[in-house]
Amino acid sequence: MNAMSGNTTTADGRKIGGVLMEMRNITLRFGGVEAIKDISFDILEGEVRAIIGPNGAGKSSMLNVISGFYNPQVGEVWFRGEKRPPMKPYEVARLGIARTFQNIALFDGMSVLDNIMTGRLTHMTTGMLAQAIWKGKAEREEVANREIVEKIIDFLEIQHIRKVPVGRLPYGLKKRVELARALAAEPKLLLLDEPMAGMNVEEKEDMSRYILDTNDEFGTTIALIEHDMGVVMDLSDRVVVMDYGKKIGDGTPDEVRNNQEVIDAYLGVAHD
Amino acid sequence: MPDQLLFAMEVTLNGLMAGVLYSLVALGFVLIFKASGIFNYAQGVMALFAALTLVGIMEGQVPFAHLINSVFGTDIHHFGWHVPALAAIVLTMVLMIAFAWAVNRFVLRHLVNQEPIILFMATIGLAYFLEGVGDLMWGSDIKTLNVGLPQGLNETIDRVTYEAFGYGFFIDNLDIVATVIAVVLVAGLVLFSQYTKQGRALRAVADDHQAALSVGISLNYIWVLTWSIAGFVALVAGIMWGAKSGVQFSLSLIALKALPVLMLGGFTSIPGAIVGGLIIGVGEKLFEFLIGVHIGGATENWFAYVLALLFLVFRPQGLFGEKIIERV
Ligand SMILES: Nc1ncnc2c1ncn2[C@@H]1O[C@H](COP(=O)(O)OP(=O)(O)OP(=O)(O)O)[C@@H](O)[C@H]1O
Ligand SMILES: [Mg+2]
Repeated sequence: MNAMSGNTTTADGRKIGGVLMEMRNITLRFGGVEAIKDISFDILEGEVRAIIGPNGAGKSSMLNVISGFYNPQVGEVWFRGEKRPPMKPYEVARLGIARTFQNIALFDGMSVLDNIMTGRLTHMTTGMLAQAIWKGKAEREEVANREIVEKIIDFLEIQHIRKVPVGRLPYGLKKRVELARALAAEPKLLLLDEPMAGMNVEEKEDMSRYILDTNDEFGTTIALIEHDMGVVMDLSDRVVVMDYGKKIGDGTPDEVRNNQEVIDAYLGVAHD
Repeated sequence: MPDQLLFAMEVTLNGLMAGVLYSLVALGFVLIFKASGIFNYAQGVMALFAALTLVGIMEGQVPFAHLINSVFGTDIHHFGWHVPALAAIVLTMVLMIAFAWAVNRFVLRHLVNQEPIILFMATIGLAYFLEGVGDLMWGSDIKTLNVGLPQGLNETIDRVTYEAFGYGFFIDNLDIVATVIAVVLVAGLVLFSQYTKQGRALRAVADDHQAALSVGISLNYIWVLTWSIAGFVALVAGIMWGAKSGVQFSLSLIALKALPVLMLGGFTSIPGAIVGGLIIGVGEKLFEFLIGVHIGGATENWFAYVLALLFLVFRPQGLFGEKIIERV
């Protein structure tokens, strides 16, 4: 049994609801390599769920399965109580699942504002013709979406770089813009692949705060991958631990920290 | 003013207008290359096909008449009606969109993640296929295209320049119209890509496929959209060239003129395609006028390539293209 199983309130007063997403017996292969071996776990509404594990454990692969970039050979993905058929990444995005990438994937040639506006595309419904003719409806839609984007810009404190082409930004700010674009989608589930990798201590603290505030203020469910154990313990409600494609631990940070198999994996004890 | 200078000015003006058409064809290449990294060899044939279709529809030709007649032993060629130019243009555009969809559905979708050279080969195949279909549908005879654009000497310019310099410039009305239409088209494209949702999605795909997918953009949709726009650009270019020199196979060779334009302007730059086209247009006309006549003429056949080659040596990324730095 998991420590939490729906409809509870955390110590800091956030509401955790029922199961939002469930992975059932996922197996993913690349040729002969089994990147994910028969893994099951769930993500509850409103929680911050971490996926940790050594390099090459299959964490990013798992995130890619959730976001539709990879389709597993075996297993089922359940989202909001329904079994999800195999989907393209853009279809998954339209379900309300937004993500960032381990190696930052932004539109370098576009401004920060335009990048974040692309995050609104799933909410913009005006047809091609109306857009091309630029009549009332399309204009109102653009303005309304722009307002939401401006709020996110304020929230992440990037007003000063709104018009800058993203390609010119330093690494830390790029990571933040990528988060902004994902948030702009107002996702039901937010996937973050190593949001703090390569940052200095100060930047890490900022990013941690933004992630917590996102979860707290908007109630966004978050699944994140992170290497830094300290950060994971601070941020997450529950943790999945992966090693060599297998799940070797699942529970609250405290439970996981005291799990012998997890300790071995992190200390690099030889595998048989 | 010395005569020589006046002639040169006239030649320059004519060069600019020829250049506009080069720009237009090059633009079709750039659009597709930016969105999908494909060098679309078929762009020129698309212009030919669009022009053939336009003439065919306007004249009320029966498509595939040859084929139908030989299979059924009939002897039909024309429906016996004429379609107004504007309606025919719209119908042709519908066909170009269908073509864009079919290319994506039956060719490109199966070649996702293949090497650029393979995609390039596929477009060569596509070019010959489309050429064949065009022949089969509309016949291979030379056709005249007349959508009602004004043609012949522009008398106002002739008179004004005559009064000012004592020498009347010969500027073709068709060239003026072509220039205006091309400018409107380019302005429209820029506005579309900068200020609409689809335009933003288009730029996003041109920039990063993974990221575009992650914000919910369907690559297939964008590819059909870009090929449709490229089809539209081809149609406009086909109308201009067709009106000027008749609709015939050689029309598809304008694609070859677009190559040096692209080398000059860079494969990923819309302003580059426009400026490159103008430079080549003016350059080859002026070169022929100033030097060509002294060395036996016919320099227009090769001048553009030599210019582009020189350019490649010194600035391989083109005028406005992004500098390519290999990451190691
Ligand atoms: N597209 C792919 N093609 C082939 N193999 C892949 C692919 N993606 C991942 N793999 C393999 O799957 C395994 C797991 O990789 P994955 O990127 O999921 O690990 P990770 O836990 O995210 O590692 P890291 O901490 O280094 O990011 C590795 O052996 C990797 O080489
Ligand atoms: Mg990873």
